[in-house]
Amino acid sequence: MRVLLIEDDNDTAAYLVKGLGESGYVVDHAANGRDGLFLALDQVYDVLVVDRMLPGMDGLAVIRSLRAADNNTPVLILSALGEVDARVSGLRAGGDDYLTKPFAFSELLARIEALIRRAGSKDEQNTLLKVDDLEMDLLSRAVRRDGMAIDLQPREFRLLEYLMRHSGQVVTRTMLLENVWDYNFDPQTNVIDVHISRLRGKIDKQFDRPLLHTVRGAGYVLRGEQ
Amino acid sequence: MSFVANSKLFRNSIFRLSLLYTLLFALSVVVLFGYIYWATAGYMVRQTEATIEAETDGLVEHYRQSGLTGLYDVIRDRLSREATSQDIYLLTDKNFKPLLGNLDKWPQGEVSETGWLMFRLPPDRSRDGERYQARARVFLLQNRYYLLVGQDTHQLEKMQQLIRDAMIWGLLITLLLAMGGGVMMSKAMMHRIEAINNTCHRIIDGDLSQRIRTTGGDDDIDKLIQTLNRMLDQIELLMQGIKQVTDNIAHDLRTPLSRLRRRLDMLRIGGLPDGEQEELIDQTIAEADGLLTAFKALLRISEIEAGSRRANFAPLDVTALLDDLIELYEPLAQEKGQSLVWGKMPTRALSGDRDLLFQAFSNILDNAIKYTPDAGHIELALEDRQDALEVIVRDNGPGIPQALREKVVERFFRLESNRSSPGNGLGLSLVAAIVKLHHGTLTLNDNHPGLLLRIQLPRQS
Ligand SMILES: Nc1ncnc2c1ncn2[C@@H]1O[C@H](COP(=O)(O)OP(=O)(O)OP(=O)(O)O)[C@@H](O)[C@H]1O
Ligand SMILES: [Mg+2]
Repeated sequence: MRVLLIEDDNDTAAYLVKGLGESGYVVDHAANGRDGLFLALDQVYDVLVVDRMLPGMDGLAVIRSLRAADNNTPVLILSALGEVDARVSGLRAGGDDYLTKPFAFSELLARIEALIRRAGSKDEQNTLLKVDDLEMDLLSRAVRRDGMAIDLQPREFRLLEYLMRHSGQVVTRTMLLENVWDYNFDPQTNVIDVHISRLRGKIDKQFDRPLLHTVRGAGYVLRGEQ
Repeated sequence: MSFVANSKLFRNSIFRLSLLYTLLFALSVVVLFGYIYWATAGYMVRQTEATIEAETDGLVEHYRQSGLTGLYDVIRDRLSREATSQDIYLLTDKNFKPLLGNLDKWPQGEVSETGWLMFRLPPDRSRDGERYQARARVFLLQNRYYLLVGQDTHQLEKMQQLIRDAMIWGLLITLLLAMGGGVMMSKAMMHRIEAINNTCHRIIDGDLSQRIRTTGGDDDIDKLIQTLNRMLDQIELLMQGIKQVTDNIAHDLRTPLSRLRRRLDMLRIGGLPDGEQEELIDQTIAEADGLLTAFKALLRISEIEAGSRRANFAPLDVTALLDDLIELYEPLAQEKGQSLVWGKMPTRALSGDRDLLFQAFSNILDNAIKYTPDAGHIELALEDRQDALEVIVRDNGPGIPQALREKVVERFFRLESNRSSPGNGLGLSLVAAIVKLHHGTLTLNDNHPGLLLRIQLPRQS
């Protein structure tokens, strides 16, 4: 998997190049918008990580030019704290996801993985999701595990659907809030944990193989044995 | 009065204004007096001239009807009357040789085209030996005789002089009064402005508690002073707020920072068993995250207070929003055995920032669940009024003492009894900022027992 990092701050860049490299990514780094755009148009990447504030050509301009050139590589925007409406304008410019600095590396990793996954499964119109012996029928909205029907509340259904779509991949609490609850806010208590433990009670409790795992310091992952 | 030399007085705008006013005033007084003079003295002159004209006409008429003898008779008759000693008559022949009249000889002076003559009377005609001014009309009778009929205008001139003097004095006194008044007024004004200036300088020098003294009146300057004082109150309040926030930040962040440092120190020393080291690193990261969360909240509060986020306002359904909120928090309340009652009802759309309002209500509900003991009771209700939407959150927990209800909204303020529970004391500050952004009001009340929190969001903002 190839990642292009367009980031002018050397410290952040070094830390991300190292972290992503250790996570198995091949990382190219550009320190300004113009070089970044040139690289992005010239080579094929699986994901772009673009800082919003860049010398010369600003991050959003890079994304706009990229999209104008019909390049649809998923883009994760990074921005400094306190930039007003940064999220909305970032997504409007053609970014696919958004992260404010400072962030936990695990959060960045989870989002990059989700972006790559999403790009890969874009045209798969699968109506049946399956993780190990857990099955979800999106049409009849039925969930079964090992053939046993599981009764879920609407929100629990959406939560599980998201986890199944990103199975084998770490999803963070903020990702869940943004995608399952559809609100961009900072809960003071980990409200999500309670929902996860409820869901766990329904899909894992009576079975000896747990599928829903907590990843310390990062979030959750739904993973089968095979 | 040395105000010309006193440049300070001259630099005073009020003094300059009063000087200008004095000049304008003097000008109008001059115009007014001019008119009065024209109307009185002028009238008297015209009156005299009219009398002389009538007299001349009468005499000429006599001459026409009864010849020279008739004219002689009439003039003699006129001269014999003591009362009309002011009147002047002189009849001469063609060579100005006097024939009859109370003038010894033809007076010197140019006769105007209209037949008028101004001249001085001989000294013997006056009581004090002066040569009085006279005004007369000259008439040529049949090219043979000159008839001069006139009047001693000494009285008239005296009158005119009197009026002129009165006017000049009046003008002088008016000017002096206006000037003196202006100086006094501007001195008083300058005094008050000086007072404002002095206070401002003391404030600039750092004493923000200074206030400008008013004279207790109700004029423009007093109003200005009151406004300035109110502005100073506001500034002082804001400054205190900033100071308090800074103090609080310094105080509240020192503890976690020193804990962070201690943990890093321990890692540096090393020699910990494998599992414990991992644990310590996780704890340190969590500690740093906590600090970052606090900073993020602080920045968000000031960002919202700056009002720049209003761009995201859109019509939204508060009922649906609270539905989502309840759904998100219900499991948390259930874990604590608390009952969460939601008085759901449909409401009309309201313009606002969806994410921010969700954040605000979530902070409030989070508090209610956090501070209400197990098995407590929390209620969320709505009131949809014409002008505003009201959201009410009440719990039966410990509540907040009356005296501290305003304080808990301040950044970092937490009740002493809650210091051990997780939190930064920024939740309600964020709520207050968000409510203010929506032009709403946040009120805390007693729920007997517990806290009754009311958020009013106006429809028109
Ligand atoms: N429902 C409540 N009942 C009793 N006390 C409350 C309630 N809500 C708030 N308080 C008091 O007000 C203080 C300030 O609340 P606030 O939400 O601003 O901060 P916090 O909850 O302490 O921390 P944070 O919200 O930042 O996690 C709390 O510490 C608590 O003492
Ligand atoms: Mg709180």
